Amino acid sequence: MDLKLLDAEPTEAERVVVDLFTGMGRDQLLPALHAVNDRVGWISQGALNHICRVLHVPPAEAYGVASFYSLFSLTERPAKVVHVCVDLACQVNGAKAVCDRLTDELGPAGAGSGWLRSPCLGVCEKAPAALAFEAGEVAKEQLLAPTHAGEVIAVAAAGPSRVDGERAEVPQAGAPGLRLLKRVGVVDPESLDDYRATGGYQALRTALLLGPAGVIREVSDAKLMGRGGAAFPTGRKWDATARQPVRPHYLVCNADESEPGTFKDRLLMEGDPFAVIESMTIAGFAAGCSKGYLYLRGEYPRALHLLRNAISKARERGFLGTNVMGHEGFSFDIEIRRGAGAYICGEETAIFNSIEGFRGEPRSKPPFPVEQGLFGKPTVVNNVETLVNVPVILTEGCEAYTRIGTEGSTGPKLFCLSGNVSRPGVYEVPFGTTLSELLDLAGGVPPGRELRAVLLGGAAGGFVRPDELDLPLTLEDARAAGTTLGSGVVLVLDDTADLGSFLLRIAAFFRDESCGQCVPCRIGTVRQEEALHRLVGKRPLSTSAADLQLLREVGQVMRDSSICGLGQTAWNAIESALDRLGYAEEATK
Amino acid sequence: MTIVEIGLPKRLVEFTLDGESVRVPEGATILDACTAVGKSIPTLCYGDTLKPANACRVCMVEVEGSRTLVPSCSRKVEPGMVVRTDSERTQHSRKLVLELLGSATDLSTTPHVDEWMSACGADPSRFGPDAETKLQPTTVDNPLYVRDYGKCIMCYKCVDACGDQWQNSFAISVAGRGFDAHISTEFATPLPDSACVYCGNCIEVCPTGALSFKREHDKREDGTWDESKQTRTTTVCTFCGVGCNLTLHVQDNEIVKVTSPHDSTVTHGNLCIKGRFGWQHVQNR
Ligand SMILES: Cc1cc2nc3c(=O)[nH]c(=O)nc-3n(C[C@H](O)[C@H](O)[C@H](O)COP(=O)(O)O)c2cc1C
Ligand code: SF4
Ligand code: SF4
Ligand code: SF4
Ligand code: FES
Ligand code: FES
Repeated sequence: MDLKLLDAEPTEAERVVVDLFTGMGRDQLLPALHAVNDRVGWISQGALNHICRVLHVPPAEAYGVASFYSLFSLTERPAKVVHVCVDLACQVNGAKAVCDRLTDELGPAGAGSGWLRSPCLGVCEKAPAALAFEAGEVAKEQLLAPTHAGEVIAVAAAGPSRVDGERAEVPQAGAPGLRLLKRVGVVDPESLDDYRATGGYQALRTALLLGPAGVIREVSDAKLMGRGGAAFPTGRKWDATARQPVRPHYLVCNADESEPGTFKDRLLMEGDPFAVIESMTIAGFAAGCSKGYLYLRGEYPRALHLLRNAISKARERGFLGTNVMGHEGFSFDIEIRRGAGAYICGEETAIFNSIEGFRGEPRSKPPFPVEQGLFGKPTVVNNVETLVNVPVILTEGCEAYTRIGTEGSTGPKLFCLSGNVSRPGVYEVPFGTTLSELLDLAGGVPPGRELRAVLLGGAAGGFVRPDELDLPLTLEDARAAGTTLGSGVVLVLDDTADLGSFLLRIAAFFRDESCGQCVPCRIGTVRQEEALHRLVGKRPLSTSAADLQLLREVGQVMRDSSICGLGQTAWNAIESALDRLGYAEEATK
Repeated sequence: MTIVEIGLPKRLVEFTLDGESVRVPEGATILDACTAVGKSIPTLCYGDTLKPANACRVCMVEVEGSRTLVPSCSRKVEPGMVVRTDSERTQHSRKLVLELLGSATDLSTTPHVDEWMSACGADPSRFGPDAETKLQPTTVDNPLYVRDYGKCIMCYKCVDACGDQWQNSFAISVAGRGFDAHISTEFATPLPDSACVYCGNCIEVCPTGALSFKREHDKREDGTWDESKQTRTTTVCTFCGVGCNLTLHVQDNEIVKVTSPHDSTVTHGNLCIKGRFGWQHVQNR
């Protein structure tokens, strides 16, 4: 294939960063785009041209890929920009007031005014949040959370002052009985020695003794279910992959964490990065993978820094690389891939396209990832939290593990508490804890307020009423109650929350994040948002009842006929607000 | 019981289609089976010369045991499958998909869409006068073909025909995301500056008329396009020795467009600029 390139040359700075990719291929397209964005803050024609020349990618395709990600701009913009979160938890905590003042003082959101509206930044426990970015020889990122308009304005002018954020904190830090969070906020996340001194790498040693089949047996008997949202049995996934005769096999650790209200994986990666690396190594060993990709969402600078450090220290000390821990014949290494602002890339097949250098569009299943995944090879995809349960299983034994939680939902579970709650943060509890116990742990709604509703499971989840708080938090109870635990979101709304605006934000989120591949979701999410606007604003097309009917019909086709989980669940939370919280009645009054 | 035999001997797979037991060769899709028994299923992004894109979702059917509906154009028949093409759920889905498409794009030159819409009672105007659309001016940046993306349903067929499935020119791609997704060259550069070689294979597969011959476009504009007055003659291209089949569409003694038979073993519907557009000299205009 001869490439026809545009008549545009890169600047010297662009050329230097792109030339580092010489000799590499298409799968480096996303990293190369990041390199240019980090250096100059946007992707010019000359830079894209040069990327295409070096990686041998047709320019139309590279343009299609670059324009897929919201962190990249294909038109010129200043090196400094602040991404201001306007998503669910921040909306409940004053994001609108922040944006109003920014609009007054800096002008409407846009690259020219130095600030952009952003979906959830994954720091909902410190809402409202913003992330400042400045391109340069060393790109700088600084998390502002909790923030206020004055700070955003100052940082928008001065640029970020640090490369990454503050130390990971969880409300339960150091409490006895913690398994997943035991090191978070307690053990130095940069030190491999401290990790080992607190039991690190014992599980990998056990795994190497057990052999791959033994590890899969333990994980299957522990009844570990995926924590990324779909709750698929992990042992089955590993077993199905391990049995594929085709080589190589790949492991993908899904750290894209972009469901609004979710921040548990960030805390794990920032607070206990070596555990993530060890867990990936065990999974790779069990499923016969020689390489693991850690797909990290683009807006997690501190996690990126700590994981890079953990990988290089592990490699230095023989915990990654050839013959891991001296185990003859087991070689495994990990590459970090940064996302670039696309919720859909957390979908388990979209993540493959993104890593391979294509648009992050989900693939049709079948074939399933365990048969044909990354680069067409058998692949295990697991969530971060799922993986860090594995060392717990191997060190405590699967029997002890199944005694945590309930019959159908074993083990400890992380929940992300945010919104109108006194002590927001990530909490670890056994499955089966009731929602009211969990809310008590987080101090309930602020004093003097009353609980209005809880959004369980995220934007793709559903609402729970104050009279339903005795719901045991298990996969089976949630299902029976017509809701889902999803990714562990527990977003609390009190009587001051504006439910209409909240629902509109959910609708806007799905419209913004649809990949656009299939009709029900691409157009349905737009029609859903339009109809909801009319309903909330009480400006019906004919009657509100008719708009409600329209919403239901659009919701149904999205659920029935969309390609992937995004479109299939885009109507869940809105439907549940209408029916479960009585918003249908309120809106048609 | 209907038995469908096609081509070389293959193992037969038996399944239930709308209550009737049907046997098809292994590897056949649900759509293949429907076509074989004379059941018509609407399709838009499906192309007989392309891999399924699974994008339009107008062909969805119900498979017992499946949480969602499935695309009949790509889902292969499995033994014992129970498929319904006419259930309430499939009809609702088909109606809504057509309504959504019709509310956002100009389907006036998409064949069959009117029949499908009236069959299921679809009314795209239901979403109101303020529903956001993709309507936009036509792009005319070269003398050979016109791109009217207000008619584009994002079926991916042109991109697939231009890319690794046939042409390997990679002149166009899907850009943007969600409702803003669109077909584009890099930085929306005009076609003459892009990698386009004017093979017209994208026009051949476009199901909506979003891509059309300049001649056809002009005649439609001035109201002189009349398919009832057109004849089609299939012949062999005289430009080189490959022997591609051409179908000349002639109206009022004038070639108005050139297509190629999709079942031709030489071209599979694909041509090069000479066969596709090299007929101007014939009529010496
Ligand atoms: C739109 C969409 C976004 C998703 N985002 C994530 C994500 O950010 N992280 C994640 O672990 N799983 C995400 N998932 C779920 C994955 O598809 C997949 O089920 C999961 O990573 C499997 O890992 P598990 O079995 O360990 O849960 C997403 C799914 C969809 C449909
Ligand atoms: S459901 Fe939405 S996100 Fe998923 S493939 Fe379709 S358009 Fe893309
Ligand atoms: S005419 Fe040919 S080369 Fe040009 S865009 Fe269409 S398929 Fe691609
Ligand atoms: S231009 Fe035609 S072929 Fe291309 S995506 Fe649009 S409708 Fe499909
Ligand atoms: S950080 Fe703002 S909603 Fe999550
Ligand atoms: S024809 Fe089957 S999805 Fe488009």
